[in-house]
Amino acid sequence: MKRRTVLGGMAAAAAGTLATPLRAAGDPLKVGFVYVGPIGDLGWTHEHDQGRLAVEAHYGDKVETFYQENVPEGADAERVLTQMCLSGAGLIFTTSFGYMDATLNVARKFPNVKFEHATGYKTAPNVATYSARFYEGRAVIGTIAGRMTKTNKVGYIASYPIPEVIRGINSAYIHARKVNPDVEFVVVWVYTWFDPAKEGDAAQALIDQGCDVVMQHTDSTAPQAVAKEAGNVMTFGQASDMSAYAPWPRVTSIIDNWAPYYIRRVGEVMDGTWQPAQTWEGIAEGMVKIGPMSERLPAEVRAEAEALIEAMRKKEYHPFTGPLNKQDGSPWLAEGEVADDGTLLGMNFYVEGLKGSIPS
Amino acid sequence: MNLSGISPEVLIAALMVASTPILLAAIGELVVEKAGVLNLGVEGMMIFGAICGFAVAVETGSPALGFLGAAAGAAALSMLFGVLTQFLLSNQVATGLALTLFGLGLSALVGQGYVGVTPPAMAKLDLGPLGDIPFFGRVLFGHDAMVYLSLALVAAVWMFLNRSRAGLILRAVGESHDAAHALGYRVVAIRLGAIAFGGACAGLGGAYLSLIRVPQWTEGMTAGAGWIALAIVVFASWRPWRVLLGAYLFGGVTVLQLNLQAAGLAVPVEYLSMSPYVVTILVLVVMSSGRGRAALNAPASLGRVFHATT
Repeated sequence: MKRRTVLGGMAAAAAGTLATPLRAAGDPLKVGFVYVGPIGDLGWTHEHDQGRLAVEAHYGDKVETFYQENVPEGADAERVLTQMCLSGAGLIFTTSFGYMDATLNVARKFPNVKFEHATGYKTAPNVATYSARFYEGRAVIGTIAGRMTKTNKVGYIASYPIPEVIRGINSAYIHARKVNPDVEFVVVWVYTWFDPAKEGDAAQALIDQGCDVVMQHTDSTAPQAVAKEAGNVMTFGQASDMSAYAPWPRVTSIIDNWAPYYIRRVGEVMDGTWQPAQTWEGIAEGMVKIGPMSERLPAEVRAEAEALIEAMRKKEYHPFTGPLNKQDGSPWLAEGEVADDGTLLGMNFYVEGLKGSIPS
Repeated sequence: MNLSGISPEVLIAALMVASTPILLAAIGELVVEKAGVLNLGVEGMMIFGAICGFAVAVETGSPALGFLGAAAGAAALSMLFGVLTQFLLSNQVATGLALTLFGLGLSALVGQGYVGVTPPAMAKLDLGPLGDIPFFGRVLFGHDAMVYLSLALVAAVWMFLNRSRAGLILRAVGESHDAAHALGYRVVAIRLGAIAFGGACAGLGGAYLSLIRVPQWTEGMTAGAGWIALAIVVFASWRPWRVLLGAYLFGGVTVLQLNLQAAGLAVPVEYLSMSPYVVTILVLVVMSSGRGRAALNAPASLGRVFHATT
């Protein structure tokens, strides 16, 4: 076959899908997933893919899922999304903050396709957002870190200076300081979600600076491997259980559990009740889970962490409860006051006590 | 700027480790490009080497065999590129890009059973009292064998290209394949040899990531290191010692900015991260003019298809 005929055929096929982007009754619902890393990252993307598999298992022949890994945040995402829409997707999950504008742009062009954007804050008639209250998990690991650190220096590998990440730093710090007033946080911004070598280097730099606890807001297990090598450094599984590194250095983990949400939303698209919403669920709803605690943690530390989890599960405790001041000393929350979601979603400041500044 | 928070010896030692994968890949690509072949598949060969080395090391329990396996695996992959471009005369740029995509996919497939496995540790060379010398002990004598091998490789490539007859022939092939062919040199065979060497080096670089620097297997773990290696060859204007400088500069900037942050210093991270790329772009700009190209010593036949008509 000549190249020209191949191209011609492709163009014809594309035109065909353009004309009929909607599914006929009885056809399976096509659900697309856009991933920022590889599904084998054992972290963030891995858990989203577990959710996708749960959707397949739950609905069987009634759905058809497909995904694209390693999609860069930016213009490339728009191309991938357009491609998914053209190939007949009825619902698309875009699973990283940086896909926000791409999602909205493509959603405008394909009003009949539903979009679900993870961790973002912009919605449209066919764009919903969803996220988990990871900061509840951060409160738990912050408490453990505050109790366990001997050098009083906790390292934090941060990805991008966005509200999601800043919230995590604040929550972990507030709770570490609550149990250990001398604790200090060292934050390193790596400007990537997934780059094992760079994440490992960042962990090493933090350990070289005397941190004996390393927290990460990146997706690979490289910091865990580096901490294991160092020996006396403690880590926490991020997004996924990362149990390959248990019982040490990984002492517990914050697990994202997307499956129930994905199943619910796919079902709503199928029966036509889907509405754009801003879903934000935490430990109480089961979207955030805390992994098994390592035997290497003293029993009283484990008990304290469990009590905190239980309080959040019953919604008796909110990690951002006053009195809290901002980093510059100006008051933020009064005694007993709880932060509202709007402030949390747009959080762009450190709380009092954290050193350094947020890069702009 | 106050640098007191960072110990320079720790920094330099970390920099050498961080730079070794891209140094290995870049020195291999330098030889390939000196032979007149542009192989953009470095990233694919690196990641394939990373999983080959990892798998062999885990199965045999020997990191040294792992590195050999990585070199062999990536060289075999590069032969795919070699056959396509040298015998079937395909476009080198397109074939190289395809090789990267292929390598990423193939390594993910091969690596499925190795996720979460810890590789056998490579022993640090114990150089006895040398390691106890203040400062130099940690910087010069505290590394694993691969760091020294990468430095030796740079010296060997320099010797080969500039001080040996075989190196002269390889450069002649890269400058003018028609002239070399007319003189009776076997252009295709020489280029295949160079491509295999480049593949092996990229494989070693990838295995250094998966066996020593990170050490674990994760899909896509090279995360663009192969592209940086390609940039370094241009940055170095095809000179081995400048490749060393370039690799340490790229690696150094990354480690430096992370350490500066960890030490709590406010630095404009963006400018620091940007600097090596800016230099590379400048080199490319200079290269785009005819006279600049000659001055920068780019191989004249780089990327051109060779077809022996006589």
